[in-house]
Amino acid sequence: MDQTPYKVMRSCGECCTRLVDFGVTLRGSRVLEQIRLHMHCGELTALIGPNGAGKTTLLRAMVGELPHTGSLRFIHHGNIETTKPLRIGYVPQKLELDRTSPTTVMDLFAGALTRWPLWVGTRKAVACEAQAKLELVGAEALLDRRISEISVGQLQRVLLALALTPVPELLLLDEPVAALDQGGMERFYQTVSKMRTEYDLSILLVSHDLTAAAQFSDRMILLNRTVLCEGAPKEVLLNPLIRQTFGFGFTEQEIDGRRPLFKQLEHEQCVLQTGET
Amino acid sequence: MSLWHTLLLNLPFEWAQYDFMHNALLAVLLVSPLLALLGCLVINNQMAFFSEAMGHSALTGLALGALLGIADPTATIVGFAVVLAVAMVLMRRTSAVPPDTSIALVMSFVVALGVVLLSRGGGFARYSRYLIGDILTITPSELGILAVVSGGVAVMWVFLFNALFFVSLNRSLAASRGFPAGVLEAVFSVLVAVVVSVSIPWVGLLVINSMLILPAATARNLARNTRGYVLGAVAVSFLSGVTGLVCSYYWNTATGATIVLWACGFFALSLAVRRR
Repeated sequence: MDQTPYKVMRSCGECCTRLVDFGVTLRGSRVLEQIRLHMHCGELTALIGPNGAGKTTLLRAMVGELPHTGSLRFIHHGNIETTKPLRIGYVPQKLELDRTSPTTVMDLFAGALTRWPLWVGTRKAVACEAQAKLELVGAEALLDRRISEISVGQLQRVLLALALTPVPELLLLDEPVAALDQGGMERFYQTVSKMRTEYDLSILLVSHDLTAAAQFSDRMILLNRTVLCEGAPKEVLLNPLIRQTFGFGFTEQEIDGRRPLFKQLEHEQCVLQTGET
Repeated sequence: MSLWHTLLLNLPFEWAQYDFMHNALLAVLLVSPLLALLGCLVINNQMAFFSEAMGHSALTGLALGALLGIADPTATIVGFAVVLAVAMVLMRRTSAVPPDTSIALVMSFVVALGVVLLSRGGGFARYSRYLIGDILTITPSELGILAVVSGGVAVMWVFLFNALFFVSLNRSLAASRGFPAGVLEAVFSVLVAVVVSVSIPWVGLLVINSMLILPAATARNLARNTRGYVLGAVAVSFLSGVTGLVCSYYWNTATGATIVLWACGFFALSLAVRRR
């Protein structure tokens, strides 16, 4: 049972995740090379790049699903350096589900919190923990629903709550809003933004929605097989490399004009149409 | 064991008066829930076709046993299935051929090889017992082996359940929770290979996969959560196992296939209930 209190502390800014000379080779071809990254806790880093840039591959290597070269280090409080993170939370783009899947939201949490097969007993403590996490993301009514019958947006919030159980030090989000409508996307980003300040965690978010990502992130990384440029979101979006990579660029007004994003939905979609689909 | 016999002898049924039925009932009570438990994970992880191939590989395992002159070919059946399971896991990881195609290829090969080897000199009929199974001939010592295997598999199943549950949802999600998808799938594949091949002499390789898949598929139609799914699968397997065994006694039919027909009936029923 996870005993972590819900609110750990304000971000300390000391702990970080560091990738040095990180690379991934898949079936003999070098997909990612010489990645250098530095993510601090309490920071939301947006990872952008064209299709096939290796964004998802980078995440899959970071969670340990794919082998990698170079090093992935985690520096905890008091400068303790390890190559194993204590906890990674991961929100996938989608789950492999069929319509008859009997899995409920509660099953997901039970599977994450107990060692026994998740269907053995419904422990009160597990239900309480799950309910608390679901409340954080505004999905408290979903505990006993089957994940095959809730909406994409609801499932995305459930998966975020699951990734926060137990509270991770590094949260990886793989295009979590790709399937959401505009309203759902905003709610999701707002929730994630709230998380970084409430918990002591670094967030790495893969996004295709460049301007929305720019609005919510503290730092931005442009990836195409390696890190092309990184820095403050606005800096990155104004970098000529953006035009070279995506075939379109942004003006300062366009980026600033995004704020507040929520009032400018139609304009937003126009910009995106010229971008990736 | 004697307690079991006494218990059944007191039942007012004709079938309950025979020792071979007592042994068979015990075997059914051991094998069918075990297959149902594994079946839940097999369906979750979309391995139904893989387990079918495991069943059919028994033909080659059987032929190897005959070639080596081993009286009880169970060892070669299990051994060959395990080797094949590992080979198929590796093949899936490295080959560019779609998984279902590669399974079909391997299955065709092992069936053809087994049939060719077994039919040399026209002696295939001797082995038809393995096609349809013969649970009524199981001896107490064979029951003992079955019980040990069942116990071992049940323990591993308990440890693997949550991990394979996450692997079935999303491999990266599983990895982020410290569950290595590749290793777990390999272990589970071997587990399926062992259970399927150990059960084949009793259930028959033609219907073994149905015993694995049908109870879980039936429960899946009705379950509102994972607990309902697992317990429902076990219930359906018990029900169709015992009913099938008793019916096969009165109808004088092959037990494995009779059990599967009952399981099919329950599946149809679950579909009808679900539609409403």
